[in-house]
Amino acid sequence: MPLALLEPGSDAVTALYLVAVVLFILGVRQGTHPTTAKRGNMIAAVGMAIAVATTLLFDGIGNWGLIIAGIAIGSAVGVIASIRVQMTAMPQMVALYNGVGGGAIALISWSELRHALEIGEALPLDTLIPILFSAVVGSVSFWGSNIAFAKLQDLIPTRPLKVPGQQILNALLLVGIIAACVNLSINNDDPSQAVFIGVLIAAALLGNLVVLPIGGADMPVVISLLNAFTGLAAAAAGFALDNIALIVAGTLVGSSGTLLTLEMATAMNRSVPNILFAGFGGAPAAGAVGGGEERPHRSVGPQDAAIALAYADSVVIVPGYGLAVAQAQHAVKEMADELEKRGVNVNYAIHPVAGRMPGHMNVLLAEADVPYDKLREMDEINPEMPRTDVAVVIGANDVTNPAAKNDPDSPIAGMPIIEVSEARQVVVIKRSLSPGFAGIDNDLFYEENTSMLFSDAKAAAQEIAAEIENL
Amino acid sequence: MTEIVIFVLAAFVGFEVISKVPTTLHTPLMSQTNAIHGIVMLGGLIVIGLSDNTLDNVIGTIAIAFGTINIVGGFMVTDRMLGMFTRKPKPAPAEIEQSRTEPLDAETGSSETTGGSA
Repeated sequence: MPLALLEPGSDAVTALYLVAVVLFILGVRQGTHPTTAKRGNMIAAVGMAIAVATTLLFDGIGNWGLIIAGIAIGSAVGVIASIRVQMTAMPQMVALYNGVGGGAIALISWSELRHALEIGEALPLDTLIPILFSAVVGSVSFWGSNIAFAKLQDLIPTRPLKVPGQQILNALLLVGIIAACVNLSINNDDPSQAVFIGVLIAAALLGNLVVLPIGGADMPVVISLLNAFTGLAAAAAGFALDNIALIVAGTLVGSSGTLLTLEMATAMNRSVPNILFAGFGGAPAAGAVGGGEERPHRSVGPQDAAIALAYADSVVIVPGYGLAVAQAQHAVKEMADELEKRGVNVNYAIHPVAGRMPGHMNVLLAEADVPYDKLREMDEINPEMPRTDVAVVIGANDVTNPAAKNDPDSPIAGMPIIEVSEARQVVVIKRSLSPGFAGIDNDLFYEENTSMLFSDAKAAAQEIAAEIENL
Repeated sequence: MTEIVIFVLAAFVGFEVISKVPTTLHTPLMSQTNAIHGIVMLGGLIVIGLSDNTLDNVIGTIAIAFGTINIVGGFMVTDRMLGMFTRKPKPAPAEIEQSRTEPLDAETGSSETTGGSA
């Protein structure tokens, strides 16, 4: 093989890998600041290119046709998917990418085991245990991410799907997996491939069963957690393959991803174990779903909303996922521009988990050229709510539900909310009274100072902007 | 043992490197770290070189393709997300940053000074 130049584990390889991982660390570090984030991503990508190129030069790398085919297919899919994906679909895209990463890890560990069996030598435990760890976690991550993707893409219901006795089933699966892994480790001179495949399948089942009962609103935390786990599995694969680049990069993702997960869970006032084991709405409040249509509410048209807004001094716009789905960010920006022309002070209140992921709404509004200083965080805007004339809720639901504050029995009790009901007047633009992601009714819709404008977010924003212009 | 040392140190670097991230950057950062674990594709490159039968060839090729999707898609999507921010005028993000990191900067600044004089 003319390209095979480098001995794995040689100083040259270590040096090149060191350059790559330093670039990863710099890249992630710069990724934490708005001004440097884009450059940071580039730097990490360059590090990846160096790591891949180094490995391709390994002595013993063969099967070039298949390598080229795999890279070509992967690049084509990655490029096309990334260009085509809507900004609104970003969370499920990340879930999908995370899933394929986990899948790759599980497959690699399987291939390693098969290779060891072929040689017929006993697998040392410091290789076998990492193989088993990466197989289990990779498989859980692959299937769990796919379920997360399916839920966010509305391919399966986003509401928690609960099966009786599920906790016990999960526990049994986990015990079974551990027992099988112990069995494989004891028989490390001739580990059974059938048992190993059984482990992969049991882990796949576990991935499905753990994520299925989790409600859509908790999905970002789950994806972030799976991301961290996939990183750890990659590090484990690095131990098995004695590959330093894998160990460092995987661990970096594992630890930084864990922190990010905890931050997200904190923003939602939920604990990670609670999300994983309790499901969303573990104790469904009576009458929480359905029956809402009968409660009295006030419905208004775009003209009434325009008048309320145009004669206000201060307006706070509360955007949610519905705004993103309707691609209404540009229309909303135009509406805000009309208001500002009339001297109305307009701000945007961004809930930490507005959209479907922390920071998702910021991305969408930035796309519409909304200035940064107009995007106010929840803790900053809530004290200003009582002095706000009109709060406009556009396609947001659960993050404004006063039940989180007032009703200790609510499934979302304790979740921090944007306190729009404190504003003098509230206009909710929404297609219907249907419950949001958490699957529960929103008391806000039935409050005295709330007006409901039943419409598509984009159409409503355009109509209101036109009405304001005509006033 | 060396590998364990590397693992532990890398874990600490990961914890240190991402503290105090503005919410705005949570999604892009998660996406970027997601792309980085695509590095497992290197494992695919290594194991496919050991393969001499169809099943291992198939497993290895899928692993390489999956890993490449993870890498290429991950970095590109992150770049697209961050591209939304860079079209903005510079001062505004700096302001947000400032208000969030001011106490931190002050801390780091003072500890650096202490370190320098010691």
